[in-house]
Amino acid sequence: MSVLSRLLRSPEGAIGLAILVLLALMALFAGVIFPRDPLSIVGPALVPPFTDGLFPLGTDRLGRDVLAELVHGARASLAVGIAAAVVSLVIGSVVGTLAGFAGGLVDEALMRIVDAFQIVPAFLLALAFVSVAGASLPVVVFAIALGAWTAPARLARAEVLSIRERDYVAAARVIGMRPLEIALREVLPNALPPVLALSSVIVASSVLIEAALSFLGLSDPNIVTWGSMISEGRNVLRSAPFLSIFPGMALMVTVLGVYLFSEGLAQALAKRRARA
Amino acid sequence: MSETLARLSGLTVAYRTDGTSSIALDAVDLDIMAGERLALIGESGSGKSTLALALARLLPGTADVSGRISWPADGHAPLPGRDYGFVFQDAGASLNPVLPVGEQIAEVAQRHLGMAWREAYRRARNLLARVRIPQPDAVLRAYPHQLSGGQRQRVGIASAIAAQPRLLIADEPTSALDMVVQAEIVALLDELVREDGMTLLFITHDIALASGFADRIAVFRYGGLVEAGLAAEVLSRPTERYTAALIASHIDLSTPPLIAGGAP
Amino acid sequence: MRRAFLLARRRLVSSIPVLLIVIAGAFLLLEAAPGDAVDAYLLSIGGGDPALVQSLRESYGLDQSVFARLWLYVTALARLDLGWSVVFGRPVLDVILERLPTTLWLMGSAVALSFGLGSLLGIVAGARPGSATDRALSIGSLALYAVPSFWLGLVLSVVFAVQLRWFPTSGIETIASGRQGFSRALDIAWHLVLPVASLGFIYLALFLRMMRTGMAEAWRQDFALAARAKGLARRRIVVRHIARNALLPLVTMLGLQAATMLGGSVVIESVFAIPGFGRLAQEAVAGRDAPLLTGIIIVSALLVILVNLVVDIAYAMLDPRVGATGAAA
Repeated sequence: MSVLSRLLRSPEGAIGLAILVLLALMALFAGVIFPRDPLSIVGPALVPPFTDGLFPLGTDRLGRDVLAELVHGARASLAVGIAAAVVSLVIGSVVGTLAGFAGGLVDEALMRIVDAFQIVPAFLLALAFVSVAGASLPVVVFAIALGAWTAPARLARAEVLSIRERDYVAAARVIGMRPLEIALREVLPNALPPVLALSSVIVASSVLIEAALSFLGLSDPNIVTWGSMISEGRNVLRSAPFLSIFPGMALMVTVLGVYLFSEGLAQALAKRRARA
Repeated sequence: MSETLARLSGLTVAYRTDGTSSIALDAVDLDIMAGERLALIGESGSGKSTLALALARLLPGTADVSGRISWPADGHAPLPGRDYGFVFQDAGASLNPVLPVGEQIAEVAQRHLGMAWREAYRRARNLLARVRIPQPDAVLRAYPHQLSGGQRQRVGIASAIAAQPRLLIADEPTSALDMVVQAEIVALLDELVREDGMTLLFITHDIALASGFADRIAVFRYGGLVEAGLAAEVLSRPTERYTAALIASHIDLSTPPLIAGGAP
Repeated sequence: MRRAFLLARRRLVSSIPVLLIVIAGAFLLLEAAPGDAVDAYLLSIGGGDPALVQSLRESYGLDQSVFARLWLYVTALARLDLGWSVVFGRPVLDVILERLPTTLWLMGSAVALSFGLGSLLGIVAGARPGSATDRALSIGSLALYAVPSFWLGLVLSVVFAVQLRWFPTSGIETIASGRQGFSRALDIAWHLVLPVASLGFIYLALFLRMMRTGMAEAWRQDFALAARAKGLARRRIVVRHIARNALLPLVTMLGLQAATMLGGSVVIESVFAIPGFGRLAQEAVAGRDAPLLTGIIIVSALLVILVNLVVDIAYAMLDPRVGATGAAA
């Protein structure tokens, strides 16, 4: 039985996958469903949700379509979340592999740097970086990755330490492969799968950090994000709480989808391993 | 002596895993007499440990049990800790790593003998002395990782007998220990059972170990009972080829006498 | 106790190089930010003539090389001089020390709530793995864990402060109430309820889930079977044997989450307009106050080191296996 069908058989995995597929479709086809700029004014301000067929989820203070903003916001949230996860996994695996493979002083120095990044609150780090470098999507991605690369680095190092003692690495050494070649071609590919398993957690926390940054106004003002929607809705929290509540629920469903998916995946993989 | 403590009739245990079911114990009929020392012998997977767990009602939820176990002498199944004590194979794993040794013995006395904690700790101290642990007062406050393997098993025995049970079930109590310590532990069990008049169920894969002090021997293979009888008879005149093979493979090794002269 | 002390000392010594790296990073940030310490000072006193600027730069050593400036920065830190805040026109350290206690109260209460209630509910869930209670708590906690804390704060304030008027919407105490002593403490506690709930609930879910997983793991161990074979009361088995072992990874997690929680307080304090350390960070960003921001980063790193020190000592006290020579599990 394949991992996918096992995944679909656990309720967690099936629901998580369904949520993620739906979100991905929303993000991919946002431009098709709502071709107009979501930040453009399309109707009267503060139309309550579920009252106007044209704006099913209502409009905000400036008369922008909340549903269109939500769908486009999925794009920004997922893009930032996934990009930040990719960047931190790449940095983390490279640093972790280097540390584990080089050993000695290099290892010691790299791991102290990892420690340093871990004792500074990731959110403060991102805040400081964005404030110095200016709020744009790539900066936000990198700022989030700054606080997220340490976990994959530690894990990659631990994996490398255990792998480099194994037979095939010794064999590669015997046939005269250069250390860097061994590290990249023999060790890294084998150390990678457990590190990749971290990706879902990193995506989830990146989505949340991005939302918190844009909530504090540290995001590209020309891109609609769920966090900036919540922040915008906060101005009319008493009269129109739905403006903050809808994007928050979208965030929650997204993160929950990622967690459910990873839990289902972990179960499916554990079962397969138990069977093997 | 001839009173039946437990009667197993057609006892069958199967473990469910992932939709499939595997039989660990297959229609076993066996009587355990009060006051006897019965050794269950078999290789791993022969079902002997499953039988011990079934008697103690400690089988996991994935086990399906059929057939019956009756307790003619008591009229009810033995209460864990109170009516039976259980000694596990690996004392290192069966003792709680984060609790002091004394507490793990005293809690049994506190629970079953209606003792206050102070009194229960005093009993624990005496029990430690009884299982011949040097400096029992210090060990009372020690944690399992600070003790040697043999000492840990002594602690396990002390906690098993803390409430003076009638039945002691020892599931491979020595197989995680080296030869010398093994002999000491067996001698200790032998002595404790004799002094307190307990019934002993001794589970082992080592027929030589059992032969030294068991009254009766029951041989298991593939979940079934091969033969059972008085130790001397089974050892000298095995009726089954498997038993004969087991004996041959062990006695050859000129096993050192484990019991003779063991008890001081 | 001696064991814990040795452990603490080793942790302190090993965190020195880490702290130095953080300081170097903070220095880089300061260099990258527009303007320098003299600009900051001049901005706050309302400018000055070029000759003053020149002499100030020289006296601060800002006309020297990068390494000389780094050295000056480090020695200044050693004298507890964190620089001059642009926004507040006061020494950074003074501003931070003024704001810190509020945040420590907020974080301390959130930790107490999440750890206490989280592990308690985790015990309830883990007492019978697979039961209806267990499944309900498991799903509920997963949903809670997915909630962004600042959004939870907004929702809680809409419901409990705006609609029901049970709690104040913002601030740390009633302004100009003239309250003193116990009455003032009560007032502050009243203001802290919603922020603490917003910050703590997410971690409550985390601790609940860890406790639950840890207990499921502990149930599979031999000592759990042994405890059952001893015929102990169910309650004693669950609490003293199973939960006691499952608690250990939670303590470790507490140390790991200290930094995340401090980061989370930035947003929560902004939601509830609490004049604390976290809101200070946002004010530093808004006012482009680089010295203040770097000061905040260094102080928060110190805080995290301290929290981990306490966590290490607590762990050593809870797990007898952690020796003065052996490594923590």
